[in-house]
Amino acid sequence: MKNKQLKITQNQAFWPVIIFLTIILFNTVMTRGEFLSISIVDGHFYGRIIDIFRNGGKLMILAAGMTMVLATGGTDISVGSVMAISGAIACSIIRGNLLPGLGGSVTAAILFAVCAGIICGLWNGFLVAQIKIQPIVATMILLVAGRGIAQLITSGKIITINSDAYYFINGGYILGLPFPLYIVLFLVGILLLFVHRTSFGLFLESIGCNSLASKFAGIKVNRYLLAIYTISGAFASVAGLIESAGIKGADCNNAGLNIELDAILAVAIGGTNLMGGRFSIFASVIGALIVQSITTTVLALGVPAAYIRVLKALLIIVICLSQSGKFKVLFGRKLESKKKEAVAL
Amino acid sequence: MSGQTKLLTMKGISKSFGKAVIALDNVQFELEAGEIHALLGENGAGKSTLIKVLTGVEERDEGEVLLEGKKIHPKSTNEAQQVGISTVYQEVNLCPNLSVAENIYIGRAPKTKMGAIDWAAMSRDAAKLLEKFDLKLDVNKRLDNYSVAIQQMVAIARASDIKAKVLILDEPTSSLSKVEVDKLFEIMRRLKAEGMGIIFVTHFLDQVYEVTDRITVLRNGNYVGTYKTSDLPRMELVSKMIGKDYAVLNQSLKEGQAEKEGTKTGDELVSMKGVSHQGSISGMDLTISKGEVLGLSGLLGSGRSETARVLFGIDQVTDGELCIGGEKVHLKHPIDAIRKDIAFCPENRKTEGIIGDLSIRDNMALALQAKKGLFKKISKKEAQKIADEYIEKLEIKTPDADQLIKNLSGGNQQKVILARWLATNPQLLMLDEPTRGIDIGTKAEIQKIVIDLAAQGMAVLFISSELDEELRCCRRIVVLKDMEKAGEVVGDNISEGAVMQIMAGGEK
Amino acid sequence: MKEKLRIKNISLTMTIVLFLVMFIFGSVRYDHFFSLSTFLNLFNDNAYLMIAGIGITFVLITGGIDISISSTIAFTGVFMAYSLQRGIPSYVVIPMALIIGIVVGAVQGSLIHYFRLQPFIVTLAGQFLMRGLCVVISEASIPITDPFFKFMALGRIQIKLGDSKALNGKIYYYVLIFVAVLLIGLYVLKKTPFGRAVYAIGGNEQSAQLMGLNVARTKIGAYIISSFCASLAGVVFSFYTLAGYGLQNMGMELDAISSAVIGGTLLTGGVGSVFGTAVGAMIQGIIQTIVTYENLNTWWTKVTIAGLLCFFIVVQRIIAVRAESMKGKELAAA
Repeated sequence: MKNKQLKITQNQAFWPVIIFLTIILFNTVMTRGEFLSISIVDGHFYGRIIDIFRNGGKLMILAAGMTMVLATGGTDISVGSVMAISGAIACSIIRGNLLPGLGGSVTAAILFAVCAGIICGLWNGFLVAQIKIQPIVATMILLVAGRGIAQLITSGKIITINSDAYYFINGGYILGLPFPLYIVLFLVGILLLFVHRTSFGLFLESIGCNSLASKFAGIKVNRYLLAIYTISGAFASVAGLIESAGIKGADCNNAGLNIELDAILAVAIGGTNLMGGRFSIFASVIGALIVQSITTTVLALGVPAAYIRVLKALLIIVICLSQSGKFKVLFGRKLESKKKEAVAL
Repeated sequence: MSGQTKLLTMKGISKSFGKAVIALDNVQFELEAGEIHALLGENGAGKSTLIKVLTGVEERDEGEVLLEGKKIHPKSTNEAQQVGISTVYQEVNLCPNLSVAENIYIGRAPKTKMGAIDWAAMSRDAAKLLEKFDLKLDVNKRLDNYSVAIQQMVAIARASDIKAKVLILDEPTSSLSKVEVDKLFEIMRRLKAEGMGIIFVTHFLDQVYEVTDRITVLRNGNYVGTYKTSDLPRMELVSKMIGKDYAVLNQSLKEGQAEKEGTKTGDELVSMKGVSHQGSISGMDLTISKGEVLGLSGLLGSGRSETARVLFGIDQVTDGELCIGGEKVHLKHPIDAIRKDIAFCPENRKTEGIIGDLSIRDNMALALQAKKGLFKKISKKEAQKIADEYIEKLEIKTPDADQLIKNLSGGNQQKVILARWLATNPQLLMLDEPTRGIDIGTKAEIQKIVIDLAAQGMAVLFISSELDEELRCCRRIVVLKDMEKAGEVVGDNISEGAVMQIMAGGEK
Repeated sequence: MKEKLRIKNISLTMTIVLFLVMFIFGSVRYDHFFSLSTFLNLFNDNAYLMIAGIGITFVLITGGIDISISSTIAFTGVFMAYSLQRGIPSYVVIPMALIIGIVVGAVQGSLIHYFRLQPFIVTLAGQFLMRGLCVVISEASIPITDPFFKFMALGRIQIKLGDSKALNGKIYYYVLIFVAVLLIGLYVLKKTPFGRAVYAIGGNEQSAQLMGLNVARTKIGAYIISSFCASLAGVVFSFYTLAGYGLQNMGMELDAISSAVIGGTLLTGGVGSVFGTAVGAMIQGIIQTIVTYENLNTWWTKVTIAGLLCFFIVVQRIIAVRAESMKGKELAAA
């Protein structure tokens, strides 16, 4: 029995889940229960909680992809721009501005958008794995150029579209639950299956801890780096589709803006070490829910939105410091010397 | 010489890393002004730790250091330099992107009246200094335009020019040619005449007898003794380093031999014909048969580890032919070698071997998993079985397989890496310095495992800088020199003398 | 062996040639392009980028990275505009803005050096922190009406080399700040122990430590210089725009990094020059000018610059790999 308890608390997702529940509890108390209330309108569930899950969908997807990138000690700050590209391509195709031969097919639009995401990811992976550019610079190229490319696709305009099929990606309901939730379940589910049913997870952790030793153990490090950046790009394009379906159009200036920090924060809250190594996709997804619920809570408390970003930036530094071995050594020493002083006194 | 205050005295120095590894245990050392003093010992004897303690890189646990009678306690190389202790390391510790002159003077560059760095004066001084070393370089060129040997000379010039009382040369000659070594010795003698005390760490016994006045021997972190070089015969020195009388040495060899009689050498597994890799090995001929432990011997940089790297697909064959099981192969990545049933325990356990933050179980399963591929996942149950099996078989000291490998002692880490490879069921197992930094008990265990494996028909390539160890384990020893095969000793002809003779290049 | 190619020189030569080619291209293609004023406007319009680029060059030479600079620029701008609006005089506001830069650099540098945090995470957090603070101060753009700022914005020197219109141009006073930063940067990197230590750390941090250099001071110093230059660039930028706006200069760190890389700075550290960075920034200026003349979407500038950055990084990689294999051959021959 004791052993089992130990195992649960040692799970990487344990604390994130507790934090998430605490935030929910806090909100419930603050709103005197209103927070938890779920109403049913037209067979669809509505409520604050549902909103967190729906609005957090994009972030959960991004965080899942970002987790693996960070687990290898890399980073992908281009996800926001990839979202913009994906939205721009999908909306342009649906409006017939781009590839008019497709006749504005929503399916084709989605396919092309996801392909674009995959190409973006491959490009990042190529720069990191083959050219050996630092991940931050490699992905920064796409961060800046990507938004430019999106602008060029839409000729610098905000595109609005009129397609109920496309709106469904964000606003649709199946069995009363919002559609983005199903996308998350599908993508994260497949990813989790892949990571746990194959040796992918083991290899990634191994690469993140010690890529040279991993190579010496027979792991094709470059191939896996390419794969994870590609997955991150593909996931970002799906997040981009959800976002653009939400605003019913493509806004290249603002789509996915600054979302990379949220994604990194979600992973950090999930307890994955940003220096690389052990990771948990599930914990990151919970981390994304936490980030989303913090945003909701802070807004509900009447704090201006601007403070949220400051708060998130500080949070990242604090989490990094707590993960830093050096910090533990310095801090631990101080504690010890304090203890000694106390004894001496 | 005696009677005066000693230039440098180290007393009762102890240092341990963690709980398991005792690097230095109550070691003493003395250096007089105007003396070249050899610091000798096998790998893991504690030489480098002693030097790190002296230069402030490592904090000592116990003991005291006196320089000209005054207690010193440098906390960094910078502080050590300021009191007059400067060091040249085995690996060139200069900045490749700076000019030669700057590498000599950075941190203490001559300045103009305005307080700016005086580049003209710096170049002039550097050229003048290097002239003393008979080096005519363009001192304004980037350091990496020059060979490693010249870089090493520049490092020595830098160290000797800092107003040093004690100059430490930590294996500076491993990358130098004979001519360059002679030049270095000339300079050492000159500095000695100027009253500098020089600590000289080396693996080359010839050099010890050529240039040093006294010798201090360390063994397994213990102080063995200090001797006048002229009074200590070579064989006696070797037995002091290895820790056995020559007679005993011979006997243990015989025992080893007896064990080896039982093994039968089988078919040829690997053959290298004229295999080269740019800058590491050239024209290597080598065969390894099933069921034999082949020793690969030679000095640092002779091509020992480099041969293993080529065989494991880390470095690619640029010339020549490599056959495994009679079939010509091109190994482009370690996985290619692993699929050919080759295994490799690399020399640097920490950077190339262990995955520190993963469990023992994951570390053991890694290579087998890579061999099986991404989609044939080894279940946790199977991995646990493998782990349990090898923890028992190799007597790995750990409460369970869930422990992170970084928390184990060096010897147990090495056993885990060994298990990682044994789990892949290899035909050829290559071990590069498998017992470095490992306590004696575990050392013997690992050696025994190696012999047993060969007895079961596995081919083992055994690389060690400790001759003693190779003598015990190997039936055949190939000696390398200058990136090439220099000779081979087999069976009854194996002896320390025979190997050293080839190593030294046929002299004596 | 003697005539060995040097990465830095190849890159810098390529950059200067590229600049000339683009200038000639523009001159041939467009009327009125070839003129002194086109050339001088490169300085007028890009002074802030050059200053920030020079600052980040220090960090890049140590082998680190600083992606917080665009936010520092924006924050300085908003901070100054807000303070001036509240009636604080400019001679107080400007030094305070610069001190903010120094503090930001010191904090980031210390986190990176003492706690061994990755530079990108720390400066990414710094970037978001300061962008956030911008919006906390004001979401809207705040105009600056302070007389000193106006004086700096409008004050200029007319330069007349001849009677022809092509030989006339003007330079704004704030460009002189860039000139000063460039000269100081050149001096510090070439002539001071600190500057040389910056290179040494980028070459081999461990060696630098063993050679007795003060790694902590140098590394943190480099981040301080980067942030200080960013805040100075912020001051110059507010002279240029006479406003403080929190969303200004998004993604400008890529421009600064590109300037440095195009100018011959290696992202792996150890090699770079502030002069090269200035030329690199001018190339970006000329791309912008050409895009304007072509009447293209301004996003083409960003895309072109990113492409150019990629190209230069790949070239650097190829040269580095080649140099390594050449060395191997030499050793084998020896």
